[in-house]
Amino acid sequence: MELLITLLKVLIIPMLVINLIPLLIWMERKVSAYIQDRRGPNRAAILGVRLGGLIHNIADVIKLFTKEDIVPAGANKFYFILAPAILMFVSFVAVAVIPFADTITLNDGNIFSFQLADLNVGLLYILAISSLSVYSILLAGWSSNNKYAFLGGLRASSQMISYEITMGLAVVAILMLAGSASLNDIVRDQGPLPWHWNIFRQPLAFFLFLAASYAETNRTPFDLPEGESEIVAGYHVEYSSMKFALFFMGEYAAMVIASAVTASLFLGGWQVPFFSTEALRVLAPDFLPPVAFAALVQATVFLAKILFFCFLFVWVRWTLPRFRYDQLMRFGWQFMLPLALFNILVTGVWLLIVP
Amino acid sequence: MLFQFGNVLVFIALAVGFVFINLFIGQLIRPSVPSTMKGTSYECGEEPVGSAWLNFNIRFYIIALLFIIFDVEIAFMFPIGVVFKQWVAEGRGMIALAEILVFALILLFGLAYVWIKGDLEWVKKLGNQGK
Repeated sequence: MELLITLLKVLIIPMLVINLIPLLIWMERKVSAYIQDRRGPNRAAILGVRLGGLIHNIADVIKLFTKEDIVPAGANKFYFILAPAILMFVSFVAVAVIPFADTITLNDGNIFSFQLADLNVGLLYILAISSLSVYSILLAGWSSNNKYAFLGGLRASSQMISYEITMGLAVVAILMLAGSASLNDIVRDQGPLPWHWNIFRQPLAFFLFLAASYAETNRTPFDLPEGESEIVAGYHVEYSSMKFALFFMGEYAAMVIASAVTASLFLGGWQVPFFSTEALRVLAPDFLPPVAFAALVQATVFLAKILFFCFLFVWVRWTLPRFRYDQLMRFGWQFMLPLALFNILVTGVWLLIVP
Repeated sequence: MLFQFGNVLVFIALAVGFVFINLFIGQLIRPSVPSTMKGTSYECGEEPVGSAWLNFNIRFYIIALLFIIFDVEIAFMFPIGVVFKQWVAEGRGMIALAEILVFALILLFGLAYVWIKGDLEWVKKLGNQGK
């Protein structure tokens, strides 16, 4: 029975994330279009059904599957294929520890959790796995044997490792508040009241984490590795067909994961504003079991929070210009890093004084 | 907890499978018409000169070194962060805070050193031109 549940979770949870990717791509196209006062994609249709441009994603998939795959003659074949695989793999695997709803205690005393694995080192797991994506970008840049790709790969890896430090240090303050590295515990610790969420208890950590996650996913204003106007597309300039699709999907999946982690850490994860799990179970309508109703509402609210952060990614991209490289490095090392250490110190003193 | 890690392992296997099945299916249905011109690297229409595997700026190397030092710091801070509240409850909060402080300060001295040496400036001033 337990094995069956695990198998179901292994199949359903990644489906959720994979289905968020086309939604995010659609959102990026539509939101950017409306920000620039355009209509955005609305031509592709199946039997006249356009779904406001969502069909374009299906067209994209068909196109990417059927395009010829070109590997440059001078490239290192093995690493050239390995690089996009690593990026997709990393984004895919990181979702394992994200909780979608509160745990349910079953009749036989077992605990059913709405996450693949409730690791007590969940946060560490996410940081460890997501930092693997540096390998993918470095390998892609190097193995293409293309000068643009090489420059992009160098820039990207250097930027990602710089901002990873800030990300890790911002998270330490959250750990100190929650007293646990399990994401479920961190979410539960925040409680249903919005002003108890970490975004208000740790505003500095929130902004540091958000900025660092934008740098980690190579999004504007930190999109120097891709910088289409200077190094065409950076590390994936030589990629085509399905390998490019893996990069593309991997990047968007990384954004979904980053949104989910930010929502869990700072915006109360599956916590429904003002309604605790018990309150939701009391409010459940007759035709649904109370635990199922509570889980459903919580998962919906969590998805809404994820989508909000996804929207923020797109919004920021079409609002802010790109940094210069020396500014980027100075911002990361000389501003965000000391600030993150300072935040840990303040959190420590605060926890000591206010019990 | 071991069962949970087992779950993650199954998930990792699935992810590897997913990635390679995607690549494999593409292999089956896409055309393959290689030619010499397609094989050249893309440089906005210019003829590529030489290989791209060149020497690169030493700055990237210094950043990588710095990263390793600070990443170890984070790895050591995680356990303290997790038990901090517990220690405060047991009345040993000052000790925990002092430990964090000493540890962070040692590394901050390192950061200050690199900062003053100018290695954090991307455009480094050389010799007498600097301060």
